[in-house]
Amino acid sequence: MGQRSGDGLTAAVDSIKREPDGSRSDSMVTHESGGHHHPPSSFIRKYIFSLDHKVIGIQYYLLALFSVFLGMALSMLMRIHLVWPDLKMPFTPGGQMTPEQYLALVTMHGSIMVFMVLTTAPQSGFGNYMLPIQIGAEDMAFPVLNMLSFWTTFVSLVVLVSAFFVTGGAPISGWTAYPTLSALGQITGPGEGAGQTLWVIGVAIFCIASLLGALNFITTTVDLRAKGMTLGRMPLTVWAWLITAILGLLAFGVLLAACLLLLLDRVAGTSFFIPGGLVVTDTPITSHTGGSPLLWQHLFWFFGHPEVYIAILPGMGVASHVLSTFSRKPVFGYKAMVGALGAIGFLGFCVWGHHMFVSGMSPYSAFAFSLLTMTIGVPSAIKTFNWLGTLWGGKIRFTTAMMFALGFVSLFVTGGLSGLFLAQPSIDLYLHDTYFVVAHFHLIMGVAAIFGIFAATYFWFPKMFGRMLNETIGKIHFWFTFVGVYAIFMPMHFLGLAGHPRRYADTTGVNFLAPLHPVHYFITIAAMITITAQLIFLFNFFYSMKAGKKATENPWEATTLEWSIPSPPPFDNFAGHIPVVYRGPYEFSVPGATDDYIPQHVTPERVGKAH
Amino acid sequence: MIRKTGERGSAAVAFTFATFLVIFTGVTVYLFLAKIWWFPPAITQFGTQIDAQFHRTLIITGIVFILAQLGLAYAVFQSRDRGQRVSFFEGNSAMEFIWTLATVIMFVGLGLYGEHAWAEAHFQGAAPGALQLEVTGQQFAWNFRYAGPDGKFGATKPELVSASSGNPLGLDPRDAAAKDDIVSPVAYVPVGHEIELLIRTQDVTHSFYVRELRLKQDAVPGMVIHMHFNPEVIGQYELACAELCGLGHYRMRSFVNVVSQEDYDKWVRDQETALQQQ
Amino acid sequence: MPGTITDEIEITDGGRGGGVDVPAGGDDGGDGSGGRYPGTPRRAYLTVIQLALAGIIMFFMALTSSFLVRKGLGNDWVAFSLPRILWVNTLILLASSVTIHVARRRLRGAEKVAFKRWWAATTGLGVLFLGGQLMAWRELAGQGVFLASNPSSSFFYVLTAAHGLHLLGGILALLYVSQRNWRRSRISQVTATDVASIYWHCMDGLWVFLFALLYLGR
Repeated sequence: MGQRSGDGLTAAVDSIKREPDGSRSDSMVTHESGGHHHPPSSFIRKYIFSLDHKVIGIQYYLLALFSVFLGMALSMLMRIHLVWPDLKMPFTPGGQMTPEQYLALVTMHGSIMVFMVLTTAPQSGFGNYMLPIQIGAEDMAFPVLNMLSFWTTFVSLVVLVSAFFVTGGAPISGWTAYPTLSALGQITGPGEGAGQTLWVIGVAIFCIASLLGALNFITTTVDLRAKGMTLGRMPLTVWAWLITAILGLLAFGVLLAACLLLLLDRVAGTSFFIPGGLVVTDTPITSHTGGSPLLWQHLFWFFGHPEVYIAILPGMGVASHVLSTFSRKPVFGYKAMVGALGAIGFLGFCVWGHHMFVSGMSPYSAFAFSLLTMTIGVPSAIKTFNWLGTLWGGKIRFTTAMMFALGFVSLFVTGGLSGLFLAQPSIDLYLHDTYFVVAHFHLIMGVAAIFGIFAATYFWFPKMFGRMLNETIGKIHFWFTFVGVYAIFMPMHFLGLAGHPRRYADTTGVNFLAPLHPVHYFITIAAMITITAQLIFLFNFFYSMKAGKKATENPWEATTLEWSIPSPPPFDNFAGHIPVVYRGPYEFSVPGATDDYIPQHVTPERVGKAH
Repeated sequence: MIRKTGERGSAAVAFTFATFLVIFTGVTVYLFLAKIWWFPPAITQFGTQIDAQFHRTLIITGIVFILAQLGLAYAVFQSRDRGQRVSFFEGNSAMEFIWTLATVIMFVGLGLYGEHAWAEAHFQGAAPGALQLEVTGQQFAWNFRYAGPDGKFGATKPELVSASSGNPLGLDPRDAAAKDDIVSPVAYVPVGHEIELLIRTQDVTHSFYVRELRLKQDAVPGMVIHMHFNPEVIGQYELACAELCGLGHYRMRSFVNVVSQEDYDKWVRDQETALQQQ
Repeated sequence: MPGTITDEIEITDGGRGGGVDVPAGGDDGGDGSGGRYPGTPRRAYLTVIQLALAGIIMFFMALTSSFLVRKGLGNDWVAFSLPRILWVNTLILLASSVTIHVARRRLRGAEKVAFKRWWAATTGLGVLFLGGQLMAWRELAGQGVFLASNPSSSFFYVLTAAHGLHLLGGILALLYVSQRNWRRSRISQVTATDVASIYWHCMDGLWVFLFALLYLGR
């Protein structure tokens, strides 16, 4: 072992003994937590530069909440413009929205929603708050790093949004920023000057923030689990956060590299992505030669595909968790669920080419990517079967959290199945870059993942704020949203089947789009109603924070460790008494027990037995 | 605490949720069957094969969709709180195995089955004797070029590109082969003839998309990408750009006119005559 | 070689008991910042540095594959001779891996003074390496080879700059280890040196890989 003793050195005997199952020794854990830990006192340390994972989790959540309303506002402007193009809009100098302004909305809507909502709230928001508690830790492994991750994310949001306010406005190349449109600068269109550069920088900063966050998530899960919290007893939420963090760790570095190269092409005269011989609006481009636009696509989608799994995996974890809790039944096939999460995560790195079937990439690799993509449907299907298996034979409590979890399952099925069409290159030839794709990814990301966030919110709000969200208002919010999102996005499949390309600022330029105008009207009206209904949620959220019914320690009669501490928790989570874990996370309706749930931390002797 | 009596309101919520799912499933299935907004008819053999594969996929996903949504509806309804005992089970390895296997066979099988059409479009080149048609995208127009009687495409130079002066492709007047090149904003092709497209772009990525051909191909800067098709139905077919290319992306539209061999030959003659008069 | 990554019994400084990086004393540091977070086990530091390296390697793998793709794309890749000083720099960096290894051995042997000397030598070699890289850039600039001159030079500058930046981070870590007051820190000296060493060795190895790539691929 290489240990030596010498002057002034103490070899600790009772040091980091690890149990065979990998959890830490009890004696050390309880020894550490006593006495040395005081809550911060100044306002800045408590709420601004807090090191407390719970505060940081809420900060991420509020950032996401702001971003989602901003993103929805942008999409509302888009939808209104599509059906009433002559309407004078606010925020548009000159009154009517121009095509480039529409495309700027498209770009920023996508970027803000994907990065600032779907990559933050489910993972950095709820994960930060709940992961340490659910594994019995007092905080993340590296609280300072955690605080830095949040503030770096904040800076990236500021930089991203600032693109709206520079000359030329926000970029028009979509959240995918394909060169050469995004690489040649102002000459390719408005917004492609400073706006695009700010976008690239903002996204690069976001990459760093995400990498920092991933480090904390993985280390904490691997090294800070309480005694008895073996990997096999971790809630599926923790598994999802862990695998998501691994995806992020491996994927964001690639996007960072891509952004660096794109930035250099834009400002330093390099030609990573820009080939020679180009002519833009009769102006030859002589300063670049030899680069490949496809290189960007490979780099971007190598990141981009794991990114969408980063967006959905935590929602899957929450869905499993909530479905089990409110069916009063264990998760069906826990091991298969973990395996499916891992398989989805792994395969997620192998399918990026399915975004590039018509890109000019080799058709042979298209074939390979296609088969791998069809394969990724298998673990997704396994999860769906297991969710149904969890519900089957249960005894459902229809809380709002449960409604959103049930909605998640329906939406995931619908959104996932359209992927089977897109995964086949021969069919994708027709459907690529049409509204069929828009329908697919919105149902999966823009709705199912959001439902995961809502389910988590309604589930954990009492723990986080010590008060209950109003269930009646919550149910109204659920129904408007569930019906509404289907009304918005199901018709888009048919727009796609009719061949309607995406990112069209206007539908009057192409004849075959004319018969589709009524569908656009329907979608816009549905969107207006659904987006307005989210104000119900906003009201409920902030009102209940102050005036909601006070929450008990375990209002849902749930089993995992967060429900063993006060609502809201003390600053060090367990008030110095780190729990020991005795069983798995979903012990509901165990035959022979008096209660229909057995929390993870209750010692076997104290579990009531029915006679 | 195990409640012995059913929770109040549980039945109503369960019923509503299940009913919504049933209605939603029904409406969706109906809309897909009714084909109110649908593909235009395909005009190539290849297109017909794609449509067949699409229908196969639609049937399989349709069945899965119906089973899953109705299964969810039923599970929710059946499991509403009626004061019943919970059936405690944590899994079923046999069922896991069976439905995993079924899914693998269905999904991968479907994928493999459809590869033939893809292979035909992309693994093989155009048939010999195909009509060569170069299509160039630019912000925000399409231009088609025919090699003319000499069968050779003339040289182009980026410096010579000037849409405003009628030379959008930058044809080099000093190249003899360029003199008879026909440049047209719309395409004319003879029916029943193999056509080979050479897809290019001058500035940013565009995408050549004609619905009736069931074809789409990005036009990538720095590349010339080949596609081939054999149109079998005379008509005018709209070409729409399918890759975000800037503010005019929505109006980057042209037409592919599939005409009889006689009409095509006449059109070519007219174009050549116009060229010689310049 | 990177330090052995095991749950070694922690050898702490300052006579504290317990194997975990617990701060001495129960005060809050007097600045109203709240008490220090009590327990990040040594193993967590070792985990996180490996994870960080995985993330960093993905970044460089993306650049590497871009390099290979771009090189194979066209015929505009112009070879240029790499400045000879790069060989010297490589030797310097390799030497620094030796010195850091010796430094760690000295620390484990409780030879404080020797540790400080070998650690300072490592830091010095690191700074020398960066200086040498800058000289390589100056040499190329003098020959008229700049970032945008040619794809081969573009990648040269990008890869050396990215590596240099990460190495600078390593030097800051070395300085942290040499300057830190261990009584007031969460992390123990041994763990900090181990973490810094792992990172340093990997930066060394990364440079060897990048140098080979640039040399063979020029």
